[in-house]
Amino acid sequence: MFKKLSIAAIAALALTSGAFAAGGGDQKIENIDFSFDGPFGKFDQNQLQRGLQVYTEVCSACHGLKYVPLRTLADEGGPHLPEDQVRAYAADNFEVYDESIEDFRAATPVDHFPENNGAGAPDLSMMAKARAGFHGPYGTGINQLLKGMGGPDYIASLLLGYTGEEKEEAGVTLYENTAFPGGWISMAPPLYGEDVDYNDGHANDLRSISEDVSAFLMWTAEPKMMARKQAGFVSVFFLTVLSVLLYLTNKRIWAPIKGKGRKES
Amino acid sequence: MSGIPHDHYEPKSNGAKWVHSRLPVIGLLYDTIMIPTPKNLNWMWIWGIILTFCLAMQIITGVILAMHYTPHVDLAFASVEHIMRNVNGGHMIRYLHMNGASLFFVAVYAHIFRGLYYGSYKSPREITWIIGMLIFVLMMGAGFMGYVLPWGQMSFWGATVITGLFGAIPFVGEAIQTLLLGGPAVDNATLNRFFSLHYLLPFVIAGLVIVHIWAFHTTGNNNPTGVEVRRTSKADAEKDTLPFWPYFVIKDLFALAVILAVFFAIVGFMPNYLGHPDNYIEANALATPAHIVPEWYFLPFYAILRAFTSEVWIVIFFEFISGGIIDAKFFGVLAMFGAIIVMALAPWLDTSSVRSGRYRPMFKWWFWILVADFVFLTWLGAMPAEEPYATLSLIGSAYWFGYFLVILPLLGVIEKPLPQPATIEEDFASHYGKSDATPAE
Repeated sequence: MFKKLSIAAIAALALTSGAFAAGGGDQKIENIDFSFDGPFGKFDQNQLQRGLQVYTEVCSACHGLKYVPLRTLADEGGPHLPEDQVRAYAADNFEVYDESIEDFRAATPVDHFPENNGAGAPDLSMMAKARAGFHGPYGTGINQLLKGMGGPDYIASLLLGYTGEEKEEAGVTLYENTAFPGGWISMAPPLYGEDVDYNDGHANDLRSISEDVSAFLMWTAEPKMMARKQAGFVSVFFLTVLSVLLYLTNKRIWAPIKGKGRKES
Repeated sequence: MSGIPHDHYEPKSNGAKWVHSRLPVIGLLYDTIMIPTPKNLNWMWIWGIILTFCLAMQIITGVILAMHYTPHVDLAFASVEHIMRNVNGGHMIRYLHMNGASLFFVAVYAHIFRGLYYGSYKSPREITWIIGMLIFVLMMGAGFMGYVLPWGQMSFWGATVITGLFGAIPFVGEAIQTLLLGGPAVDNATLNRFFSLHYLLPFVIAGLVIVHIWAFHTTGNNNPTGVEVRRTSKADAEKDTLPFWPYFVIKDLFALAVILAVFFAIVGFMPNYLGHPDNYIEANALATPAHIVPEWYFLPFYAILRAFTSEVWIVIFFEFISGGIIDAKFFGVLAMFGAIIVMALAPWLDTSSVRSGRYRPMFKWWFWILVADFVFLTWLGAMPAEEPYATLSLIGSAYWFGYFLVILPLLGVIEKPLPQPATIEEDFASHYGKSDATPAE
């Protein structure tokens, strides 16, 4: 009875993951092997720093990251930039409106990345969690455990998914994209490859920079991912130990009641 | 408290006597924790502890979240991100609370189906059952309103759809909907009252849980045989039972630890698995999501709601005889609430004199089809409202009502039950060999 019901409960859970209902069938989302996929995955600090560079030099022209405080660039488990670099980065790249002086001033680490919805571009802070790329197998979404939610994979697929076709609809130019729901997106291809030059000499072809900025956007969406996975491991470990101890305790206190002729039930 | 004969608390020290004669609270706790419990309870009797734990966890994490959350349409979404990014441990507390709701519903469904299989709802436990159903309905209310608070796209549109259901009630619907929303549409007033009620309901649930426990401590627990504990004497009762502490407390805690290990793996490694990506987009009254899907635990009832479209003959029939008062939308709402009401009426719809499904050869089959039907409806609830899902939902809904309204009453008449053990002691001995052992010293 217990076994059957647990199977039913798990099946019900699996079948109805929210991810299941989202997204269309015609989108092509490529599974990219990110360093942070799966329970053991970790952010690659260098990749996050490269992604930050792509965001700063390309994406930030139209998109904002309004929920992300600049100071978190120095956080462990993220890009982990030295604090003086964060200060310099904020001051060099962004201006914020300060109500106390009623004027714009250079950004400091306590400010957030500026809001930016130029040309109707959506904020990217949580974009990697606002899109689910994976729903399988059979719509259960269980593969998210190993592949990650699929949000960064969606973003990378989108950046790589332009076919070069264009059309005009009601005065708006639309670009064909194999990852976008419906197949036509109003964002012009933002990256072509070699759009940025990395200091560390890392490859800057289209695929590399797309993956780098997608990884960075996963971090902006889930900055505490490393801390969360660690908490998960510690909790599961101690609960497993506790389970074993309670199992033995339970067995022992019931032994005299159940007697020696115990059968498997 | 009446119930199964057992030893009651006797204060020993002078201090204990002083307290006991003024407020017998130690005695109450002693009697509650030492309650004689049928010794043949199986692993399906652990869910009560899991549920109590869930309630406590949701209240504790919820109170902490409320310290950092701002119930205002312009600030709510950002305040949740503030919790996720700036509050110490906030991301874990929020993910625990978010996934805690799912654990709560997994446990409550297992608990309800346990009751349905072993006939726990039957006399004399009808009041326990009815209070349980009330708790379940309040849980759904608390869960729904909690989902609105992060003020994401699904929060907003889910609230719009669900409160719209109340608008389908003839004559008074619009007034009720306006009262729920605090205005003509989902807005700041809605968010504020949902926050207030979401904070209130768990404490109402906690009160009902105490009454739920009080009721079944009076009747005694049901057990897998459905045979009652002998109450002829304390000696007889002791052959059928063991005190709750330590035998069942340790057993239940073991089950809780195993379930929590799985739960923490989900929270740690895939916390957004059961959520909807659209809820990471701030609520926008001008952009409707492609699919509006409720949380997974509402899906079976959502499927029933959507099953009764205006093309279904029974809907057409009722619309005709009611002169158009009961239209398809209102019929769907009635069906959804009706699905819970027929379940609550199970004690009076089930005519069989045998309590446990273990000794009911025909009932067993129908019961497992009901479980499958529940899973099926859950799946259908997540599907878009189109064929073939509409027809399948109708079949699934028909079975749900058929089980309670036709099969349960009929089975009691036509079914020939298997012989039941005379006592719980006999059942226990048949599982574990002849028990001549004495209880632990």
